[in-house]
Amino acid sequence: MTGARVEVVGLGAAYGRTQVLTGVRLTVEPGGWLAVIGPNGSGKSTLLRSILGFQRHDGMVRIDGVPTSGMPRRVRARQLAYAPQRPVLPEAVTIRDYVALGRTPHRALLAPPRAVDRRVVEDVMDRLGLVPFADRLLSTLSGGEQQRAVLARALAQQPRVLLLDEPTAALDLGHAQQVLELIDRLRRQDGLTVLSSLHDLTLAGQYADRLALLSGGRVAEEGTPGEVLTAAALERHYGARADIVQAASGPVVLPVRSPG
Amino acid sequence: MLALGGTGLALVLALLAGVTIGAIPLSPLAVVATLTDRLTGFVGWHTGAALSGTDAAVLLQLRLPRVILAALVGAALAISGAAYQGVFRNPLADPYLLGAAAGAGLGATLVIAYAPDQSLGPVGIVPLAAFVGALVGVGCALALGTAAGGSQSATLLLAGVAVAAFLAAAQTLVQQQNTDDLRAVYGWLLGQLGRAQWSDIALVLPYLGAAVLVLLLCGRALDVLAVGDDEARSLGVHPGRLRLIVILAASLATASAVAVSGLIGFVGLIIPHVARRLVGGAHALVLPVSLLAGGAFLVLADLVARVVIAPAELPLGVVTAFIGAPFFAGLLWAGARRR
Repeated sequence: MTGARVEVVGLGAAYGRTQVLTGVRLTVEPGGWLAVIGPNGSGKSTLLRSILGFQRHDGMVRIDGVPTSGMPRRVRARQLAYAPQRPVLPEAVTIRDYVALGRTPHRALLAPPRAVDRRVVEDVMDRLGLVPFADRLLSTLSGGEQQRAVLARALAQQPRVLLLDEPTAALDLGHAQQVLELIDRLRRQDGLTVLSSLHDLTLAGQYADRLALLSGGRVAEEGTPGEVLTAAALERHYGARADIVQAASGPVVLPVRSPG
Repeated sequence: MLALGGTGLALVLALLAGVTIGAIPLSPLAVVATLTDRLTGFVGWHTGAALSGTDAAVLLQLRLPRVILAALVGAALAISGAAYQGVFRNPLADPYLLGAAAGAGLGATLVIAYAPDQSLGPVGIVPLAAFVGALVGVGCALALGTAAGGSQSATLLLAGVAVAAFLAAAQTLVQQQNTDDLRAVYGWLLGQLGRAQWSDIALVLPYLGAAVLVLLLCGRALDVLAVGDDEARSLGVHPGRLRLIVILAASLATASAVAVSGLIGFVGLIIPHVARRLVGGAHALVLPVSLLAGGAFLVLADLVARVVIAPAELPLGVVTAFIGAPFFAGLLWAGARRR
């Protein structure tokens, strides 16, 4: 199973009369990682939720050329896996049972798990280092471990595209780096396509191969990290003063305090 | 599996205790022998220990319908409570949450006040009015909640609160205008199984059976719903549709229970928590364990209700709270010490 090309064409979304996204056009190549950046309220989460079909929207989303509108839920769920910014972690559920929920689109709701379902769950837990925790309750894990469990659940879906809404939102720098390294490794090993929102600009530039800057519900800039992360763009869209330092691993965003 | 077998055994023992203990004690062996005779219908095979005369009548016409009805009502309330708690992701949810209790109360009060002693065929009018009232209550809450905000659980909960408050007020109004019937109304509101008959069982069993079957089949879907609406969607499940199916099935089970027993609190709230402590959070196990444990619990509670101040009886709703509250407090305490 390799990654799919994701195409978003003319996507618009509104909450009531408030237009949140307008004419969004994006393409993520198979196996690519596009990070959606942008100031608070620019529509990053709404974009991800629209692509997943949770949110009423105009325009079109295509997975390897196939429009997602009219695609049965379960079929779509085998293509796109999603980890929200604040996952709801059910109480009194073990890691293994939680990860096994990822098999839902692959098996009938009333049937017992098949051997292949159990094998996929064990494989995914093994790859993400969750085997020692398999029988522990989700609520007893640390923040970083919980985020790994959420990723494991998404991977057990055997999707072709991972949609991650702020996968590092609740994590400190070290754990954020571990999770991003993990996502990058999985994407390279499986050729998965990754589409994520990330608010930390330096991390976004270091891990994603393309960035799309959303501002006021439109794609204001799109390109490689070097092209998008410029002092002028941050000034214009974030109202921020920052220096961009070119480091070996990519552009580093250094906030600059106002004089006086 | 162990917990399932354990609660099943508890239910069987509770049923046996329920039919043997009372003003006329019956021997468990004789009870088993009588039932085997009746069920197999094989007259040639007699253990010689089967009951006859008054004892047989006490068993077959009084105790057996009563304990079976208690088991059905307890099972229905407990599995409905587990389903409600799962669907609303709220440990304080119980089967009466969306207006089932208030609706049933209003229905029963209306007919007690204005059309007493009516019946439709073999069935009294109070159970029918309570059944219809419970379904109308939940129907109003669902209609209001859906109109106000789709199928989100918070909106549904608030709609349920509004409908329940309104129906409870209407019930109180009717009750206060007919103070002569106060005792009958209170007797019904506090729950009782003293007049249980085979016809009551026949009345509720089809609805109960269908509803319980649907709920048992929804176990795994409820596990998916537990991770949140968006993630359930991303796993290919339709959260709104699933929530509606579960609420309708649980409400049908609750309405059936309420119709024949009145309002019995505590079972639907507490038994699911006991089940979760036994088997963890997976609904595929929580639902059947709640079903069996709820049945066993209510049979025992009803036994206490009719034995403690015999020949008078305590209201069943009072007994469930008197036994259930300390038991649950102990469970919480034990859980806190283990951690």
